[in-house]
Amino acid sequence: MINLFSVRQSEKLTQWALPIGIVAVWEALSLAGVIPLRILPAPTAVIAAAWKLTLNGELLRNIWVSFWRAIVGLTIGGGIGFALGLANGVSRRSERTFDTTLQMIRNVPHLALIPLVILWFGIDEEAKIFLVALGVFFPIYVNTQHGIRTVDVQLIEMGRAYGMSPTRLFWRVILPGALPSIFVGLRYALGIMWLTLIVAETISASSGIGYMAMQAREFLLVDVVVLSILIYALLGKLADSAARLLERWCLSWHPAFQLDIETEA
Amino acid sequence: MTVQVLRCVGDFAEPPPAPGKVEAQTNGLAVTIHQLRKSFGQNEVLRGIDLYIGAGEFVALVGRSGCGKSTLLRLLVGLERPSSGHFRVGNRGAHAPPVGAIRIMFQEPRLLPWASVLANVEVGLGEERPSANARKRALATLGEVGLEDRRDHWPSLLSGGQKQRVALARALVGQPRVLAFDEPLGALDALTRISMQRLIERVWVDQRFTAIMVTHDVAEAVTLADRVLMIEQGAITLDQRIDLPRPRERGSPEVAAFEGRILRALFCNAAAGEDT
Repeated sequence: MINLFSVRQSEKLTQWALPIGIVAVWEALSLAGVIPLRILPAPTAVIAAAWKLTLNGELLRNIWVSFWRAIVGLTIGGGIGFALGLANGVSRRSERTFDTTLQMIRNVPHLALIPLVILWFGIDEEAKIFLVALGVFFPIYVNTQHGIRTVDVQLIEMGRAYGMSPTRLFWRVILPGALPSIFVGLRYALGIMWLTLIVAETISASSGIGYMAMQAREFLLVDVVVLSILIYALLGKLADSAARLLERWCLSWHPAFQLDIETEA
Repeated sequence: MTVQVLRCVGDFAEPPPAPGKVEAQTNGLAVTIHQLRKSFGQNEVLRGIDLYIGAGEFVALVGRSGCGKSTLLRLLVGLERPSSGHFRVGNRGAHAPPVGAIRIMFQEPRLLPWASVLANVEVGLGEERPSANARKRALATLGEVGLEDRRDHWPSLLSGGQKQRVALARALVGQPRVLAFDEPLGALDALTRISMQRLIERVWVDQRFTAIMVTHDVAEAVTLADRVLMIEQGAITLDQRIDLPRPRERGSPEVAAFEGRILRALFCNAAAGEDT
């Protein structure tokens, strides 16, 4: 057990060794003057910028605004995608009604709608939330529907033979069976969520991380631009970790997650 | 007066009825099948089955792959609808059997991978699940198949034989009155198979449900069943009563004789079928 524990610790260290090393080399090269500060400021300069923006409250306000847009967009788009995925997975009639239309919309890159969205909503919150919602909708919809369609038919037959009502069959057999696929959709959606938000905020916004980066560009504040990019990276990693944690918790029965349980126990 | 008292004592001292008298103490339901037919498209799988299975009887259905034996079983448990004909579970004029009176055990364990072993057994309780002693009953049944200590495990951590024992517990927990087995031991290794056969025989003797087992293994059929039915091309072609005392010894001359007779019938009819 102790052995395993230390192995896990060192594994954790290994995965952070590369990013830390890159930052160290970057700092060294900046100090030596190999990288011109106008192209890429030193990590310490980025930290200093972060500190300055934290003190005047701008950083946290912008992070909060972006985070809020992301969550609201994900909730709306993901919620609708999940509901339609369920409906079209369970009911053939629902699939016949909606699926063709949805697949046609899916093939339009949602970022191509930005000009139209600006005409509709201006540069208000609705515009960003609409784009994020549209972006996360499809991965969640497609994977939910796929998950439900591929639930083991033998288990469904067992449930019927053992007298499960349709509602219980759904909660006990169909939904848990579709969950692994739904999580794939969720993690994919999280990636699209940040991507959409970055693009939307750089093109049309008056607050948020993307706006902060665009403002900084106008004043040639390279350190703030780099800071914004790093924050996106961190937020993305954070969202993915949260999804993984949720996945591990919900799918603890899955053979793929059982090694972790045994080492934790 | 004294004589009378003695007589009473004598009555109490009488041994319980002989195990051969199944009908007297059975918990099972009789199954009556009349001209049952089933087709899938052009393919007629069952061609008019007439059959009576007594309450508490253990019947084995043997036959080659695709002969219709599994289809017959699936019709009886309601997983398929008959094309024509009908069957009745229970006596004529009796109420329809309650939900959960007929249970099936599949060839695959079909456990819910996301439910603990105990929760999987509780699936077999159906509508009774929320009742107070449901968990106690599920635990007791799990104990009967010898897996009480695995109650909180995920099914994926069990071996094939253990999974099938959980599936058996799930089938038994609702105290079924007819239990259908669709080749439940087909995928197990020889040793696990034999111990599962003993387990099935033991719970059948205890609970006295009507057992209908589909199997490829004639030896298994002869070891377990009161009656072995052979199905060929959708019809019953042999109805062999096995009146050997239980538990039956595998490989004993009597068992081997029955096995030989059934196998000969199987091959001889098959050869005749191929000639035409």
